Amino acid sequence: MPQKKLSIRIDGELISAVEGQTILQAAKANGKYIPTLCDLEGLTPVGACRLCIVEVSGTDRLFPACTTPIQDGMSVTTTSKRLTQDRRISLELLLVERNHVCAVCVSNGHCELQSMASAMGISTVRFVYNYPKLGVDLSHPRFVLDHNRCILCTRCVRVCAELEGAHVWEVTSRGIHSRIVSDLNQKWGESRGCTSCGKCVQACPTGALAEKGWAVEEMVKKNDKISALVHRREVQV
Amino acid sequence: MKKVKVATVWLDGCSGCHMSLLDMDAAIISLAQKIDLVYGPLVDTQEFPEGVDVTLVEGAVSSQDDLNKLQKIRQRTHLLISLGDCAVTGNVPAMRNSIPVNKLLQRIYVEGAQEGKIVPTDGVPALLKQARPLREFVKVDICLPGCPPPAKTIATVISDLVDGRKRETGLAVKFG
Ligand code: SF4
Ligand code: SF4
Ligand code: SF4
Ligand code: FES
Repeated sequence: MPQKKLSIRIDGELISAVEGQTILQAAKANGKYIPTLCDLEGLTPVGACRLCIVEVSGTDRLFPACTTPIQDGMSVTTTSKRLTQDRRISLELLLVERNHVCAVCVSNGHCELQSMASAMGISTVRFVYNYPKLGVDLSHPRFVLDHNRCILCTRCVRVCAELEGAHVWEVTSRGIHSRIVSDLNQKWGESRGCTSCGKCVQACPTGALAEKGWAVEEMVKKNDKISALVHRREVQV
Repeated sequence: MKKVKVATVWLDGCSGCHMSLLDMDAAIISLAQKIDLVYGPLVDTQEFPEGVDVTLVEGAVSSQDDLNKLQKIRQRTHLLISLGDCAVTGNVPAMRNSIPVNKLLQRIYVEGAQEGKIVPTDGVPALLKQARPLREFVKVDICLPGCPPPAKTIATVISDLVDGRKRETGLAVKFG
């Protein structure tokens, strides 16, 4: 059955999109940029980071572009003073919530959180740093999980469940106490489900998941491979 | 032309930001003609002077002494710049922040020492509970992140201020 064509406006421009697409997908298909962090092409969007918020005319509420389906006649604004301000606040909160010490991080120079901060021109934050005490799981023979760098984007959870089919990762607790856990809150190295495929590491936008053996600045992720894999398999998630 | 009075201060940092400051090649010569370096690790003044135009502070606020200095500097400076990640975010010095101070000192000066196992108290300022960025204590006018910030960025910011230029679009910034 051919998919129904819808017409929407993005920043005033009339765009033809397909029913079932999200605002982000329609925008991307038409070469329009919306900042994202938790989204990874090929994985089910969850709306965790709130960076992709857009304005939709007729309502005062802001919508995450990655999870909001388009509707016929919808008019979307992707850039405004309010959006810039709110996206900035979300990013600053991510920076203060855990310990992002870029200078000594394996992902320094290759981190999506860091480069997003640069792109937004963030030179400081308005909030008080949290400096929580967080652990590092070194039990896996090949990989490391450093909670200090985790932004709870859940890309690891989704890629492991949806692509590898192992479903090792989950999020435990609520709010600021939320943590990524493997299996039933066991050490990663003791997980019976983990196939050591490394997909979670490649999908992770920050230095939270890394391969062992790399020093500061050395961990370069290949998350485009994840999206490529999805397309090759023609998996519909 | 009246020279701009510039001071630099080194709190809890590694001096890397000062190295970067000195690393601006030929720019430092033209800059030196327009500024008066009135205080800092590079000059011999003992007391932080009054009426400083621009002060660049490297390092986090880690001790009571750092805090006292910073408060005095703020009172006596027109424009205060947080120079580098330690001053802007806490950075490496703040990695101790989840460890209680007495445990930390014990670990380093007693358990970790080969000889003279004693926590020094004479002539060293008492540590604050945590090392924190400048802006959590005083008003900061400009933040230059980076570990260290590139020499070129520092040069641009100082010469902009000295020549009275206002920058409309932000400078290229990066943590780490
Ligand atoms: S994860 Fe990214 S933002 Fe966090 S410390 Fe590492 S490089 Fe910096
Ligand atoms: S390595 Fe593979 S199987 Fe193991 S947790 Fe990561 S994605 Fe899942
Ligand atoms: S470990 Fe990485 S991929 Fe997983 S939630 Fe944290 S930041 Fe996201
Ligand atoms: S990309 Fe949409 S909420 Fe993160």
